[in-house]
Amino acid sequence: MSKIDVSNMDLYYGDFHALKNINLSIDANEVTAFIGPSGCGKSTLLKSINRMNDLVPGCRITGEMLLDGENIYSGKMDVNGLRKRVGMVFQKPNPFPMSIYDNIAYGPRTHGVRSKAKLDDIVEQSLRQAAIWDEVKDRLKKSALGMSGGQQQRLCIARALAVQPEVLLMDEPTSALDPISTSKIEDLAVELKKDYTIIMVTHNMQQAARISDKTAFFLLGEVVEYGETEQIFSMPKDKRTEDYITGRFG
Amino acid sequence: MKLRETIMKLVFLIAACCSVLAVALICIFLFMNGVPAIFKIGPLKFLTGTVWKPGNNIFGILPMIVGSICVTGLAILMGVPVAILTSVFLSRYCPKKFYGICKSGINLMAGIPSIVYGFFGLVVIVPLMAQLTGKNGNTMLTASILLAVMILPTVVGVTESAITSVPESYYEASLGLGATHSQSVFFAVVPAAKSGILAGIVLGIGRAIGETMAVIMIAGNQPRMPKGITEGLRTMTANIVLEMGYASGLHREALIATGVVLFVFILLINLSVSMLNRRVPYGD
Repeated sequence: MSKIDVSNMDLYYGDFHALKNINLSIDANEVTAFIGPSGCGKSTLLKSINRMNDLVPGCRITGEMLLDGENIYSGKMDVNGLRKRVGMVFQKPNPFPMSIYDNIAYGPRTHGVRSKAKLDDIVEQSLRQAAIWDEVKDRLKKSALGMSGGQQQRLCIARALAVQPEVLLMDEPTSALDPISTSKIEDLAVELKKDYTIIMVTHNMQQAARISDKTAFFLLGEVVEYGETEQIFSMPKDKRTEDYITGRFG
Repeated sequence: MKLRETIMKLVFLIAACCSVLAVALICIFLFMNGVPAIFKIGPLKFLTGTVWKPGNNIFGILPMIVGSICVTGLAILMGVPVAILTSVFLSRYCPKKFYGICKSGINLMAGIPSIVYGFFGLVVIVPLMAQLTGKNGNTMLTASILLAVMILPTVVGVTESAITSVPESYYEASLGLGATHSQSVFFAVVPAAKSGILAGIVLGIGRAIGETMAVIMIAGNQPRMPKGITEGLRTMTANIVLEMGYASGLHREALIATGVVLFVFILLINLSVSMLNRRVPYGD
């Protein structure tokens, strides 16, 4: 079942035509990878799914983008509600300068959860889901900034999960991490797809091949090819895709 | 070339030494002239005595210490919330077109001479207070309202730059969790600027406690224990300025000793600023 449907979507930054006639359907409970060289628009598309592009002055979008059949860019859409449903993990781990507990509790608190018992429960559940509970359970009151980069990134995933999103956007979540932390995040993404729809931008093609079910290859603002990951990496239909995944450019 | 380098180095060194020397000389002068008086009067009598009667050789400056603390405290209580909200507005809400006007207005506030603030207090706040209280309008409340206004530019300057320098990623992370703009600003950005905001408050305290002219004009200046916010009081700074012109002997030394006490207060305040600056932003 498709969770997100993009049709005939164009995106402009001022005069710059950043995304050209995008048509994609992203299925629920799968990991979808966006690959492509820098500046090809993959992060831009990712950020337009939870409307973080609204922050960019001069950003204009035409076409349609549906989440469960509801137009993300319609005037009726509650942007904060949308962002609660579509969580995001950024390229650089960005925990708040607060305790680990407060980081996780931040989202639920802004959405009105006050009860201590309930918050405790959410914090534990989220940290368990992000496979970091055992590492931090004894120092929940310590600053999140004292953790390693990999732990911080898993904390950020836990923080996103704490508001119970349906979709999780990950913008190159492992590009700032060491190989061991990277593999932990990858395992986590595969684990989490049972409950969430995961879309991940990555520069690492092995990563896309390892964990994603579908892959979209972007080039110069266009989706060149979109399909089953296995097919894209074993027998790409487009010459440009083949050139890119075999390392001939990019 | 080598020689020129050395000469330039020397010039910079001398310039730096001048300012250090100035501070050192002020310290030495103040302590040499003030400390003996404190011991002549008796440190306990001087600091905790509640009667100030120079004519009878009674020098107790507790009323002035309490006066300074009360006025400063009230001014901080009223000025700081306004200053913080102003900084938040400037850095997170203010439309670009409006920002220039706001910012230069606040900068101008910092440049207005304190005597002008004093006049404003005298002509506007004092009569207003007199009407409200039915008494003479020279009160603790009058002085602290004026001081609250005077510390605004100092506090706003520091807190605004602290809030502006919070990494954008905190704001984005908060938005990404579905928080609104205001929630993100107040629960993610402002807490992250905590240490800068505290530094701004402490600087404001320093500014308020050291203010002299404006306070003299509107505080009443009675050298007795402050009795309430609608009564007059005298601050340490006022005490010195009002009597220095005619004082001699022990009286004069006692005034300098008042300066020593004020100086110690300022030292403590500056010390706490540098401690705040040294502290890491959060926890560990």
